[in-house]
Amino acid sequence: MTSFHVNGKPVQVEVDPSTPLLWVLRESLGMTGTKFGCGMALCGACTVHLDGKAIRSCVAPVSRAEGKRVTTIEGLSESLTHPLQRAWIELDVPQCGYCQSGQIMSAAVLLAENPKPTDKDIDEAMSGNICRCGTYPRIRKAIHKAAEMAAEGKAK
Amino acid sequence: MVARREFIRTGAAIGGGLLVGLYTPLSGRSGSAHEAAEKDVAVNAFVRIGTDESVTVIAAHSEMGQGVYTSLPMLLNEELQADWSRIRVEAAPVDKAYNHPVFGMQMTGGSTTSPAEWERYRKMGATARVMLVQAAATKWGVEASTCKVEKGYVVHAATNKRASYGSLANAAAQLTPPANVPLKNPKDFTLVGKPTRRLDTPSKVNGKAQFGLDVTVPGMLTAVVARPPVFGGKVAKLDASAALKVPGVKAVQQVPSGVAVIAERFWPAKLGRERLVIEWDLGPNAGLSTEKMLRDFAETALKPGAIAKKTGDPEAALKTAAKTLTAEYDVPYLAHAMMEPLNCVVDLRADSCEIWTGTQFETVDRASAAQVAGLPPEKVQIHTTLLGGGFGRRANPNSDFVVEAVHVAKAAKTPVKVVWTREDDLRGGWYRPMWHDRFVAGLDGNGDPIAWTHTIVGQSIMQGTLFESFGIKDGIDSASVEGAADLLYGMPNLQVDLHTPKIGVPVQWWRSVGHSHTGFSVEAFFDEVAHAGGKDSYELRRKLLANQPRMRAVLELAAQKANWGSKLPSGVGRGIATHFSFDSYVAQVVEASVEKGAVKVHRVVCAVDCGLVINPDTVKAQMEGGIIFGLTAALKTEITLKDGRVEQGNFHDYQMLRIFESPEIEVHIVPSGENPTGVGEPGVPPVAPALANAIFAATGKRVRRLPIRASDLA
Repeated sequence: MTSFHVNGKPVQVEVDPSTPLLWVLRESLGMTGTKFGCGMALCGACTVHLDGKAIRSCVAPVSRAEGKRVTTIEGLSESLTHPLQRAWIELDVPQCGYCQSGQIMSAAVLLAENPKPTDKDIDEAMSGNICRCGTYPRIRKAIHKAAEMAAEGKAK
Repeated sequence: MVARREFIRTGAAIGGGLLVGLYTPLSGRSGSAHEAAEKDVAVNAFVRIGTDESVTVIAAHSEMGQGVYTSLPMLLNEELQADWSRIRVEAAPVDKAYNHPVFGMQMTGGSTTSPAEWERYRKMGATARVMLVQAAATKWGVEASTCKVEKGYVVHAATNKRASYGSLANAAAQLTPPANVPLKNPKDFTLVGKPTRRLDTPSKVNGKAQFGLDVTVPGMLTAVVARPPVFGGKVAKLDASAALKVPGVKAVQQVPSGVAVIAERFWPAKLGRERLVIEWDLGPNAGLSTEKMLRDFAETALKPGAIAKKTGDPEAALKTAAKTLTAEYDVPYLAHAMMEPLNCVVDLRADSCEIWTGTQFETVDRASAAQVAGLPPEKVQIHTTLLGGGFGRRANPNSDFVVEAVHVAKAAKTPVKVVWTREDDLRGGWYRPMWHDRFVAGLDGNGDPIAWTHTIVGQSIMQGTLFESFGIKDGIDSASVEGAADLLYGMPNLQVDLHTPKIGVPVQWWRSVGHSHTGFSVEAFFDEVAHAGGKDSYELRRKLLANQPRMRAVLELAAQKANWGSKLPSGVGRGIATHFSFDSYVAQVVEASVEKGAVKVHRVVCAVDCGLVINPDTVKAQMEGGIIFGLTAALKTEITLKDGRVEQGNFHDYQMLRIFESPEIEVHIVPSGENPTGVGEPGVPPVAPALANAIFAATGKRVRRLPIRASDLA
């Protein structure tokens, strides 16, 4: 039995502890917003937060989450009010959309650590996330936009 | 366009409301409006207007990122004029009514959704609007012509009456649909042509979007399949005992494509597959090697091939030329590498088969699935989910991933989801073919090209498929020579010939298809010709496009926006290329530099003429995406074979362009009143040659094979 929190709620799962967190989220807990892309921590589609840090859940055994807090795309904000979601919508970032949960979860950690990132900061923080549709120029713009929105939100 | 033997059909929706759709009479029966009005035939709706004011547009094409779940509703609502915020989209079931108006089957591909649906979706919207207006007019006892519509309401100004579409839907459903509804003049459009936010974005930023891999059905098991390490291999001996001991593994079953491990969930299935002991009969392809194929292709190109195009007398012209120039280009097999690996859910029962998958090819998939299931096609239904990328892979002529899943479901005797890992996906074949292109050009004394011969060597995509009779004429697969045989540049003596070797590697359309190689080779060689003749490559293009005003305008716009001819920082080169594909005209200018063998792409300026634009922001997004897709092919990816085995397996050895390598991209759209043309693919072909030409400008090194290697730039 592995116990941890997902998006603020306690969960307990009974699976082989070597099972990657990704598949526990998707199959045991039915939270399919986190995506499978490569299974080798190469594409970032499975990015979630573990105690606030971005991890690739496809290679993280669920045992690593024991007693910890996991945040997934579903926990970012259901009502689309997170600055990253708002910026993503405003600039119409997604095309197929499959990688975008991971992109947004990586960007969320970047903004939490660096509220006003430069292009270079963005490139560094986001280089683990592949987008085959090629939405990179918009991702870059949307992260700047979200940073602005977050700053305005705080100023109010 | 609405085909001749189809009728607009309307009716009441289950639970109330108005449906507007298409009725296709069965073949062999004479078509008549009377028949179309038969009450026992279900309406295959394109729009459903609910009494709750909901407006649901049914999409006959799949959403794979290209934006059709927004552009189709835009077309429909341009005429319907419902409140845009009420519009929802649903994937169409498989039905003849949703067949592609040109290709006659339900599918998404060839960058054709906008051109093909340009009229049909507007007609559906207009029909619904006319009926809603008539319902209101009848209710109020006024002439329909005196009513207007605004944002989901019918309004009669003189009597100050107003009724919502939802409140009129039931009454409208009782009316006879009008014949020949007039459509708006494009100059009166209020929605089409305006940048419009995508309807699918919200669900793609909160985890709610449903892709095939996200589907769960009751009682479903998950399977992975061990496929042969060499194309065409077969299982010779199987020992499943260790796999069956993995907790959660329910069964191991042989299927035609390999060995399926069926388990409660993905992880035990994958662990089980690792424990299979399989002896493979590798078959005839165990000796395939990319190195040998490269040599064979180059040798083949020296012999005359089947003539795809001949104008003038290139042979004679080459003899009289002041200067001749020969060059050979090579591009590799490429995998589509959609971010969502292939997958398919099948629930097979004695008398029905339900399938959930992200597909571009509903009609073909249904027919193929029916055959395996032993059911008539109408007993097979496909639920098309969102596609986590398609790029052509999900339009498989053999329906490989669907057929396999039906076989697995048949063996499992339970609903099953077949999941492909990234390795399965990259090694699973159906690649963009590898190509060799050999050119000889002749220049006159002024340095102008007077002869151009182009010999192409590569596998046919359509050979052996149900598209063979449509796509192959006189031994020429049109997809092999597109972008070469239809060269837009004025060339007095031109020849394009083709060799089509048969090789046991399955090949398929890959975003921009044949243009993905001809775009590169033709435009890179054009640069060599211009340079050999002492010409500016932009000016020579302009000159030879004298009879191609649309392409010339696109070329000029790209050059102007990129400040062609202006000075660049030292070490940076500028390259230009044009390409006509999917009836659209694209030109791109790339600025790039090379440092220690590493190529850096600084900026790409793109100009496109794709006729009348439905959603300008989508056109821009598709050009941006196409450019990054093309740059990935130019700089990163190749599928190679050794001893019949694919050498790449995941994103460490099949690398994608990443954000830090992604250039600044500018897209400029040429305003046009022509009918819409393709957008999803035409952005891809020009970028590799524009980059190759920029590298030449920066370093003096010619790039003649992709992906670009540091060793070629040393």
